[in-house]
Amino acid sequence: MTGAGPSSFDRSLLLLVPATLFMVVLFVYPFLYGLQLSFRPMEGNWLANYTQFFTTDNLRDTVWTTLKLAIPATVINVGVALPIAYQMRHSSRFQKLITTLLVIPLTLGTVLIAEGMLGYFGPKGWLSQSLQWLHIYEGPIRLTHNYWGVLISLVISGFPFAFLLTLSYITGIDPNLPRAASTLGATPWNQFRHIYLPLLVPGLAMAFALSFVQAFSVFPSAVLLGSPAGATRVISIAAYEAAFERYDYSMASAVAMLMGVVQLIVVAAVLGARGMFYRGPVSGGKG
Amino acid sequence: MDTHRLLMKLWKSLVALVMGFFILNVAFMVAAVGTSSVARRWLGTWLPDGYTFNWYQTAWKEFQLDSVLWVTIEVVAAVVFLSILIGVPAAYALARRDFRGKNLLMGLFLLPLMIPPITYGIPLATVMYQAHIAGTIFGVILANMIPAVPFMILVMTPFIEQIDANLESAARVFGANTFRLFWHVLLPLLAPGILAASLLVLVRTIGMFELTFLTAGPDSQTLVVALYYAVFAAGVRAPQSVDAMAMVYMAVTLAWLLIALQFVNPTQLVSRVKEHPKTA
Amino acid sequence: MTSNFSELRLDGVTRRFAAGKGAQSFTALDALSMTVRRGEFIALLGPSGCGKSTALNCLAGLLPLTDGSIWLDDTRIDVLPPEKRGFGMVFQNYALFPHMSVARNVAFGLAMRGVPAAESAQRVQRALDLVQLNAQAHKLPGQLSGGQQQRVAIARAIVIEPPLVLMDEPLSNLDAKLRLEMRAEIRRIHRELGRSTIYVTHDQDEALSLADRVVVMKDGVAQQIAEPQRIYAEPANLDVARFMGYRNLVALNVRSAGGGSARLAGSGLALTARAMQPLAGGQAMLAIRPEEFDLVSSPVDNSFAAQVLNVEYCGHDNIVDVEVAGGLKLIVRTTARLRVGDPITLAIAPDKALAYPVDAAAGLAP
Repeated sequence: MTGAGPSSFDRSLLLLVPATLFMVVLFVYPFLYGLQLSFRPMEGNWLANYTQFFTTDNLRDTVWTTLKLAIPATVINVGVALPIAYQMRHSSRFQKLITTLLVIPLTLGTVLIAEGMLGYFGPKGWLSQSLQWLHIYEGPIRLTHNYWGVLISLVISGFPFAFLLTLSYITGIDPNLPRAASTLGATPWNQFRHIYLPLLVPGLAMAFALSFVQAFSVFPSAVLLGSPAGATRVISIAAYEAAFERYDYSMASAVAMLMGVVQLIVVAAVLGARGMFYRGPVSGGKG
Repeated sequence: MDTHRLLMKLWKSLVALVMGFFILNVAFMVAAVGTSSVARRWLGTWLPDGYTFNWYQTAWKEFQLDSVLWVTIEVVAAVVFLSILIGVPAAYALARRDFRGKNLLMGLFLLPLMIPPITYGIPLATVMYQAHIAGTIFGVILANMIPAVPFMILVMTPFIEQIDANLESAARVFGANTFRLFWHVLLPLLAPGILAASLLVLVRTIGMFELTFLTAGPDSQTLVVALYYAVFAAGVRAPQSVDAMAMVYMAVTLAWLLIALQFVNPTQLVSRVKEHPKTA
Repeated sequence: MTSNFSELRLDGVTRRFAAGKGAQSFTALDALSMTVRRGEFIALLGPSGCGKSTALNCLAGLLPLTDGSIWLDDTRIDVLPPEKRGFGMVFQNYALFPHMSVARNVAFGLAMRGVPAAESAQRVQRALDLVQLNAQAHKLPGQLSGGQQQRVAIARAIVIEPPLVLMDEPLSNLDAKLRLEMRAEIRRIHRELGRSTIYVTHDQDEALSLADRVVVMKDGVAQQIAEPQRIYAEPANLDVARFMGYRNLVALNVRSAGGGSARLAGSGLALTARAMQPLAGGQAMLAIRPEEFDLVSSPVDNSFAAQVLNVEYCGHDNIVDVEVAGGLKLIVRTTARLRVGDPITLAIAPDKALAYPVDAAAGLAP
């Protein structure tokens, strides 16, 4: 696959140098620096940051608080995305329209969604007024500045991502496979159960892992839409506070490391479970 | 048989309903922001009493939107330009060459796209503060390039792989030296891919909150970070001016998104995903 | 679905694709009518876009009909979804389920029908024996070669003992040698099982060697339905002749016509030909196979002089380009050893020179 002798071999690989250097200096190095910094706390032994984290209520609890938000959000996002994306697996104008529309909340980002939710989902917003007018609910709704606000914002910003990812996995499956199954007597439900589902499991696991990672690192929504001092004090807030309010960079790095570790554990578990399923190509042979 | 078809119809309607509900609520949410931004006063009624565009002027002055917009333009332009500069050559090398450790290198490039920005942003900010480049626009640009360069590589590598390598060999056989090969053959072929990737990086960088938030100083904030601070301090200011600023942010983002969608498939914004070959 | 049917009937089967705003709708299949007897091997032959795959997909139930109907004896089946028709189908890219072993792939149709495990295992083994793949029963499709995957696809289609087997260009993804081997395999399996088969291909060699009857299609319309020998020697119209290798196509003037033969002249030729369709007007298209010319030493009935322009050596014979007196160029296949510039005399038997009405739309290009 490579070209002629050693000289041309060297030269084109030089093209990789700037990017690799950039990544090492600005990504790998800060990570390693942060790692070792986390073991050099302002006071105490090398594990002091970590022990302090696990013994301080408002630090340790952030892990559980964040998981309480991230896991339901991810389950909702991926769980709802699957049947809907399956329904829209055939290329159509409807599919294209929905895909384009869903890209909008994705692009607008969490800050704008938080800002919009404060108005619309707030106690005096249109949603509250509509529900009261329809007599579905009496009194102003409480969906902002609490757990629900953050959860809803995670769904609004996370669902499009999960949906688009799942849709691309579903459309990547050779459409001749369910057709072959139908000629062999498989009903539409059997086609889904025996053909699509097993082939989708790896992709769904990936979608779950990526969605979870995004949800777990929630930050602006938790501050703007939640109650950052209490019920939605997520782990990223703890890291931020350590770095920018207490200037304890060592602790901040420790929290960031712990964030990464928790994400890694969940992702490894999900991908490990998927390893038990089929992992090969999703088309049915030569052609 | 009929119950089956009935169930299918019900299911399809349910799916359409859920999607419609989702999209409608998001649309109304956006509309609420827009309505508020032109409202003279709006206190808990269906519609505001009175409309005005004054809030936009207020927001412009209050939040110094002119300098914020300028900073945003600078940051985004620099990020796109620099990502092309170092990302495209890397993508070319990855597409055309095999070597030991290639998978490791690709993994390294993919990591920033899989790890959320805040996780690596905190250590990054720490290092930048030690190096005294945090708080400057230079620091913001560098920080935003961390997800941008891998994204550029991720989009360009399969694009280059698709370009027949024989074209380059043919050009050489017909006497082109490296520069002419690049200028007359490679660049025109790469241009559509670079355009698409640049637009994607552009749109993503405009909305990139956490990295800028962690590394910016008071005069190197991009639009999205300034918006955050405005919402954060919303108790002090009138909500309409914050909403006006939000509308400005939305307008800028959507304008570029619309431009980008002329050239790219919406799913490509989600990265991580290769276009699958379809067997019809 | 019983496999003991006596005939499958297609009645005016039509498939139109509704186009977008402003554009015309596209008729992929136009009123195809034919009857397939039990045990027959039918080939649908034609260039790409002729509607043969559309016809197959309509038969399978993968495409709905716009018009017409399909009957299995007295049962109307075009209203049934594919899973209720019970036909076996072999796809062009095999469509083997990549996450199932060979054995599970083949057993899938039986599993969908609720066949008990013991019986299923037996039938799977017999099917794999038939295609000689028992040793690979536990492998995944990704671990098999193209030819092996093809045989799995065939086994999967026949194990359910369907009344009809549909094959969509199953050999087109194989290399030439494998294609010949698999062709023999398909012939052998058909002989052993005797299942009615409808086979789609664009390769006339496949169609001629495998089929009991061939349906030549073009632009969604069946041009001719007949045994291979008749398609080969007596193409019904100019399109079929063109497709079946009648490479010499010349527009000539009609001097006289009647009783199934015609006298044609022009471009340095004067020949008696067989009129395959009624000839109206003063012109006709002459169609002759390169192989049917006789090299004679002196002029006889239905002969003409020509000069050798180019000789292409093909091992067993040669493809020779010749030029006739008026500048007309013809292609001849002969075992004779000729050299460029040789003057020769060619003769053609009148029943091998076929005359068709001039196709105004298609023009004169061969």
